[in-house]
Amino acid sequence: MATYKDLSLIDRVFMTGYRFSHFRIDPVPCAKLSKPLAECRFALVTTAGLHAPGQDDFDYTIKRGDDSFREIPGSIQSNSLIESHRSRSFDHRGIGQDANLAFPIDRFRELVVRGVIGGLNERHFSFMGSIITPRRLIDETAPQVARMLREDKVDAAFLTPV
Amino acid sequence: MCNQTVCLVQAAIEREGIATISITLLREVAEIIRPPRALFVNRPLGYPLGAPNDAELQHRVIAAALPLLERTDVPLIEDFTE
Repeated sequence: MATYKDLSLIDRVFMTGYRFSHFRIDPVPCAKLSKPLAECRFALVTTAGLHAPGQDDFDYTIKRGDDSFREIPGSIQSNSLIESHRSRSFDHRGIGQDANLAFPIDRFRELVVRGVIGGLNERHFSFMGSIITPRRLIDETAPQVARMLREDKVDAAFLTPV
Repeated sequence: MCNQTVCLVQAAIEREGIATISITLLREVAEIIRPPRALFVNRPLGYPLGAPNDAELQHRVIAAALPLLERTDVPLIEDFTE
């Protein structure tokens, strides 16, 4: 279960006091798929703080939150992914056992083989979700990733939190 | 906060003309932030695709999510009912 009542007291107090409404998306954008799913090129985007070997860890010491991102190569082996998300608000053990739990790259590869989706992009993206002050995320880093996905001619994106 | 970050990145991608679907583990957050399309998976934080090393369950979550990409009645939140 994951609703506010399942969170720790500290997290619950924070979540109920945090002004989420400040970041409400309005208007809500809507992009129409231009082709069937079986022809769509997909990209994965996660906020699980995952990155490839050799890339810098996310920086948990930044108080407003680390709003940077890592480019995950499409050829990545799921068991080589490193998780540097240091939030104590979630159970890290599942992702430690299987990165597909938050970054289902092997599942999407299987969907390509089965013909359910058209293909996968040559890069995917990872953020670390603990961003208390997401202004720079909204203004800079998220649009930067979005533009790269458009340049890659991605048709659809699948996003996952932790 | 991860759930909020997903919603905000999702909106940026959708604004570039790319259809998006996200998993959310906190329905309350998605209801307030309003990403275009979300599938609420009622599992603990850290378990968006359900369970580790359970490819079939992970595929069922994805199979529930992908058809939502074809919808344009946004914002929408559907529930993964397992």
